[in-house]
Amino acid sequence: MSEAAHKDYTGAKLGMWLFLFTELILFGGLFILYAVYLHRYPAEFAAAGSELNEVFGAANTLLLLSSSLAIALATSAIQRGAKGRTLWLVGATIASALIFMVNKYVEWSAKIGHGLYPDGPAMLERPPGEIAFFSLYYITTGLHGLHVLIGGALLVWVWLRVAADAIHAEDYVALENSGLYWHLVDLVWIFIFPLYYLII
Amino acid sequence: MSSYFDTAPRSARGFLDSGESGGGLLSWIFSTDHKRIGLLYLSAIVCLFLIGVLLGLLIRLELIAPGETLMGAQTYNAVFTLHGVIMIFLFIIPGIPAVFGNLMLPIQIGARDVAFPRLNLLSWWLYMLGGAMAISALFSGGGPPDTGWTFYVPFSLETTTNVSMAALGVFVLGFSSILTGLNFIVTVHRLRAEGMTWTRLPLFVWSLYATAWVQVLATPILGITVVLIILERIFSTGLFDPTRGGDPIMYQHLFWIYSHPAVYIMVLPGMGVVSDIIPVFSRKPIFGYMAIALSSLAIAAFGSLVWGHHMFTSGMSDMAILVFSLLTFIVAIPSAIKVFNWVATLYKGSIHLDPPMLFALSFILLFSIGGLTGLVLGAAATDIHVHDTYFVVAHFHYVMFGGTGFAFFAALHFWLPKVFGRMYDRKIANLSWGILFVGFNILYFSMMVVGLRGMPRRYYDYVPEFTVLNVMATVGSWILAAGLFLMFANLLRGMLRGAPAGDNPWRAATLEWSIPSPPPAENFAADPVVTRGPYDFKGAGLS
Repeated sequence: MSEAAHKDYTGAKLGMWLFLFTELILFGGLFILYAVYLHRYPAEFAAAGSELNEVFGAANTLLLLSSSLAIALATSAIQRGAKGRTLWLVGATIASALIFMVNKYVEWSAKIGHGLYPDGPAMLERPPGEIAFFSLYYITTGLHGLHVLIGGALLVWVWLRVAADAIHAEDYVALENSGLYWHLVDLVWIFIFPLYYLII
Repeated sequence: MSSYFDTAPRSARGFLDSGESGGGLLSWIFSTDHKRIGLLYLSAIVCLFLIGVLLGLLIRLELIAPGETLMGAQTYNAVFTLHGVIMIFLFIIPGIPAVFGNLMLPIQIGARDVAFPRLNLLSWWLYMLGGAMAISALFSGGGPPDTGWTFYVPFSLETTTNVSMAALGVFVLGFSSILTGLNFIVTVHRLRAEGMTWTRLPLFVWSLYATAWVQVLATPILGITVVLIILERIFSTGLFDPTRGGDPIMYQHLFWIYSHPAVYIMVLPGMGVVSDIIPVFSRKPIFGYMAIALSSLAIAAFGSLVWGHHMFTSGMSDMAILVFSLLTFIVAIPSAIKVFNWVATLYKGSIHLDPPMLFALSFILLFSIGGLTGLVLGAAATDIHVHDTYFVVAHFHYVMFGGTGFAFFAALHFWLPKVFGRMYDRKIANLSWGILFVGFNILYFSMMVVGLRGMPRRYYDYVPEFTVLNVMATVGSWILAAGLFLMFANLLRGMLRGAPAGDNPWRAATLEWSIPSPPPAENFAADPVVTRGPYDFKGAGLS
């Protein structure tokens, strides 16, 4: 019996959704710390948050949202057997991941260049609440950036599999699940952006 | 491995047969057969358990007399840390699900394997990797961690010992645990045989299912917590450092948000084992099937909301203490429901005191002692008195060892004849149970009393007034060790050279007993169709 005959799509997607829950809870631990420390240091959080660049944040938000659209369209494209279109859309998503990381790199290195990093000279001069804000900022966006990289790498693998016709109209659960993972990356950012850049 | 079984007829060796499933080490460590993976876990877990036991014996030996007896304070701290890390993360959390869940869950629901066999193999490799990392922390960096298994800040950030490596090992082990849980949830949802409705699931499956949800939903918090410990140690981010805006209490919250539900990861599968064994050896259907099944889910749900009871003395509002205390009492209700239903199953049953039953019955007693002393700790007023004393140590050893440990031994005696097709010596098994039970109670009851009298935990020294009880506990630990040795030797001998056990030595009615022992590689010759419940002995023609 061929391997495809054994495949259980519903099972594979259920497994992926469970995995996404675990990822949400992983970030949840950091959001708990954010909530508690915001409650404790509202003024310092506001002062520190105003130093983050909304333009970079908004650009990255737009980028991730449109890449999420692209990967969703890629799933419908593969269902219709449109291989060229699928490759193009997955490619666009991978490009978004790269641009996002470049933005992040520019954002981080500007801060680090000013000595504003954990245990850095500019950081230790600040009041405790601001140190907590920036530490959380680095850890949360760093963990998120790691997920962007993992998602991007996953999509490169999907792109190659589509190109090799291993993912096609009859067997596309790998693309769909990678897309779900990419939506998670997007979703987490949707919370990070307002919490760190906007509301305070 | 295969050469040990040469005395049995080849065709009768099922998944153990090198002809059917391939021979040699590689055919085992890269096998995706759930039964082979279960045995991989079993061999690793039993070895690590014995190392943990040895460390426990060393702790007890140090405490046989006041003052430095065997080792100094630093060595003692490392030994109890390692004892905790091994027993918690490498033995008791994976224990029953990874070994018996893997061995029996797919067969019990009439499936050929778990939903994701390759992911299952990856879980085992991650387990081995995480275990190797935790052990290597002993010999690398600044020496063995000395923080206790809880890695509490600020000490875990300041100590020069190799906490980072141990924490990374715990992260990897957590990942392994998550993947096993995920696999089991999907397996139970997707791979039940025709006719295997939710109300016909063996209660062991129900308990694994509830456990799997806790594994999936709670473990990520442990993941992020140990990652934070590592980041704090490397980059001094200061999230738990008050001079940098952090709060050490937040570490305790995050740690226990995982580690209290983890207590139910440890004990729920044990309850499932007991629920499967008691009807078989009482020759009666289980009393209150739905109550036992749903109480597993209730324990999983309420167990996630009680972590604060570890922190009554750490600094919390009185209101929070009250709420956590109340929730702790509520979580005792579903546990008590199980105990009452087991006892009701025994009532007017035709009780057979075979080794699995003896272990299961002692589970009920020891778990009840552990559970009720847990309420002493859950009530804020009494907790202040006994917090951080040997009372706590005795309490959780009654729950974890007397509960889960004895359930693990019950499962070994219940299912190993199925897995290997050979029976151990039942008389020696009963004797080893007796020695274990006596040694266990001498060891931990002495601890309970000395704790109530105020002996604090985690010190290598104590005041002379506590000597008699400590000597008793240490002697108890020797009796316990003798029982363990006898039990494992008897099981090993039975596994290799025991008399053929037959397909259904206990006349049980769940699906795994309807197939040959040892089970064939793909479990069932034809996909089974289930027409009766798991404890319907009459329907199975076994009454």
